[in-house]
Amino acid sequence: MSAETSYYVPAQSRWPIVATVGLFLTVVGAGSVMNASSAGESTGMSWLTFMIGALIMAYMLFGWFGHVIQESQQGLYSEQMDRSFRWGMSWFIFSEVMFFAAFFGALFYIRVLAVPWIGGEGANTSTGELLWPEFEATWPLMVNPNNELYPGPSALISPWGIPLLNTALLVASSVTITIAHHALKDGDRGKLTLWLGATIALGVVFLYFQGYEYVHAYNDLDLTLSSGIYGTTFFLLTGFHGAHVTLGTLMLIIMFFRVRKGHFDKANHFGFEATAWYWHFVDVVWLGLFFLVYIL
Amino acid sequence: MSAVIDNPSHDDHEHHGPTKGIARWLFTTNHKDIGSMYLWFSFAMFLVGGCMALTIRAELFQPGLQLVEPEFFNQMTTMHGLIMVFGAVMPAFVGLANWMIPMMVGAPDMALPRMNNWSFWILPFAFGLLLSTLFMEGGAPNFGWTFYAPLSTTYAPDTVTYFIFGVHMMGISSIMGAINVIATILNMRAPGMTLMKMPLFVWTWLITAFLLIAVMPVLAGVVTMMLMDVHFGTSFFDAAGGGDPVLFQHIFWFFGHPEVYIMILPAFGVVSQIIPTFSRKPLFGYHSMVYAVASIAILSFIVWAHHMFTVGMPLAGELFFMYATMLIAVPTGVKVFNWITTMFRGSLTFEAPMLFSVAFVVLFTIGGFSGLMLAIAPSDFQYHDTYFVVAHFHYVLVPGAIFGIFAAVYYWLPKWCGRMYSEPLAKAHFWLSFIGMNLAFFPMHFLGLAGMPRRIPDYALQFADFNSISSVGAFIFGATQLLFLYLVIKAIRSGEPATDQVWEGAEGLEWTVSSPAPYHTFSTPPEVK
Repeated sequence: MSAETSYYVPAQSRWPIVATVGLFLTVVGAGSVMNASSAGESTGMSWLTFMIGALIMAYMLFGWFGHVIQESQQGLYSEQMDRSFRWGMSWFIFSEVMFFAAFFGALFYIRVLAVPWIGGEGANTSTGELLWPEFEATWPLMVNPNNELYPGPSALISPWGIPLLNTALLVASSVTITIAHHALKDGDRGKLTLWLGATIALGVVFLYFQGYEYVHAYNDLDLTLSSGIYGTTFFLLTGFHGAHVTLGTLMLIIMFFRVRKGHFDKANHFGFEATAWYWHFVDVVWLGLFFLVYIL
Repeated sequence: MSAVIDNPSHDDHEHHGPTKGIARWLFTTNHKDIGSMYLWFSFAMFLVGGCMALTIRAELFQPGLQLVEPEFFNQMTTMHGLIMVFGAVMPAFVGLANWMIPMMVGAPDMALPRMNNWSFWILPFAFGLLLSTLFMEGGAPNFGWTFYAPLSTTYAPDTVTYFIFGVHMMGISSIMGAINVIATILNMRAPGMTLMKMPLFVWTWLITAFLLIAVMPVLAGVVTMMLMDVHFGTSFFDAAGGGDPVLFQHIFWFFGHPEVYIMILPAFGVVSQIIPTFSRKPLFGYHSMVYAVASIAILSFIVWAHHMFTVGMPLAGELFFMYATMLIAVPTGVKVFNWITTMFRGSLTFEAPMLFSVAFVVLFTIGGFSGLMLAIAPSDFQYHDTYFVVAHFHYVLVPGAIFGIFAAVYYWLPKWCGRMYSEPLAKAHFWLSFIGMNLAFFPMHFLGLAGMPRRIPDYALQFADFNSISSVGAFIFGATQLLFLYLVIKAIRSGEPATDQVWEGAEGLEWTVSSPAPYHTFSTPPEVK
């Protein structure tokens, strides 16, 4: 970025409308896949719509970000532009925090209020007696109020195995990305490549373990999406986190290739920083998950 | 008013003026183009949602079922609410923000112009998807705009899936729009434009944008939970699996209450611009206005369960949410006091923007007071889910949000298109809207207090008179909006040329540029003293 004085207002761009069409086809496809499979109908066309939409989205992301990177390389961006990007990314991460807050809030409400109430706590004695008199409110909920409709899990995942390991992996990856960032600021490209690569490796291993754990939960523990509220909150919270780690890892991989291409310098590397911010964010969410979902 | 009109002499060093044809609108990065698209889109949705409202009022004109099936009636109430909230009111304010914020803070454009265009273009597709459900098997969503589980999960029509993805798209659009507004306000202000010199419209939008970013993801979360319950066997809202339908209401209203302030705060901002102009006095209590808006925004996060007094919350919950809700009356009172005090001993004139603003202050206060009545938990047990609630929120949304938008359009239209609207027609629009809207919504208070439930296509005979009055008022109000469309088009095409300052008492950066405002304003930032 050079010392461009006036704020860069881009000329017309086709990316927003491409993005809209891609998004639209993706969600229409996804929606009709779900409706068709719930109704037991053929999903061929729906998948096709979804895939076309997703491909357009991928094309758009490469094109749009590629365009922004080119502009940056051409020195069109001033420091003020840099600050716009920083505000944009910060508030985007805040919106993600609020998205997770909804799911954590649901977990607290269920654990602290809803499940005990179904069990007849407080003023809810008759609720318990009339609805499911046999039901005992415990957490984790192994036997659901209607255990035929929602058969509870037979066992749970111990926090001290893979989850603890995954915690170590993600915390370590937060350290490695910071080392990489410092290397970038010192202009040490070799060190940067090494530690950025290490971060990616840690992310990938985390995802592998998470996938392994899911398979284990489904096959051996009867812990599934439909095993009642424990499985519901467990898979939604860890699943959305895993999706965010996947996205973060993809971002890191792209940063890796950009570094290899010689992008970024000591002072200007917001793309890298934004990725690092995002990576720290998924790390912090994981710590919340580890304590509140796995341990407590 | 000085009649200096300097339209030419500004395509100077910016090489890209508007291009011709559809490409201008599809690919634009210009905040004025995008603002116009938002406003036109919003008006189209206003008419669509309005037709649905008129379907409802036509059915309710007389007791008994006459025009539509109850099933379709439910689809109408649902779609009317969704379209008015997400399609008419919110995009209208985003359109005003797009047009005015860069001009008011002395910025060349919005901070992230391409993303700005994306935010807009998502909307027609999202609402296309939502409206298309009307023609699908099983019909459109019929569970009310608040889409309470299990109506929206276990008992929902198949189209709920498209509803959910439509809401996701609107959420993406709103969040990106809000990020853009915040980045513009925090980063693009001209030198000297300190935070406490910003026009109140900018302040209210800054706070609104914060609310949007805080709660739209929560809405995305709750519809995602619905999607999982409907298609993937989870039990968020099913007590049989240990979940709770009341959980839905908590998460929804954690979004929903800030959402109602998202729809009203920018209107507060608009009125705070207009009343000083037509009183020819500075705004009374600028600082307290800013702090009041911020307080209202903060309080909006801790009052959500006042929408749920009758679900069987513990007493402590009822009390907490009751008192927290009543606290909101304090900063709101500060605002109403300041607006009135601004007018006190001013040299008032009553052009259309001012008429709508004064009506806003009076009628919004009525809506505020009925809100206070509803905030009292033991009274709410009586009013809950009656027409009293319908009367309350229509009083804050129609003469509140919608009148705020009309006031803003009349106030800034001469700046946008360089031409004046016809004042007599605008006054007719105001008075017909005012009469129609009060006829439509005031009797609903009585209906609700007498016990008529909301969201039903038929009612007991003793409610007949007030319902027919209400329907007549609704049709007057609805038809009047065609007059508005006509007079806006007439102004754009053949209105009298407007001066730069347009209004005698107007102050602020937007009035220092020519009318119509040049395609690119402030390529070099102005100095603000």
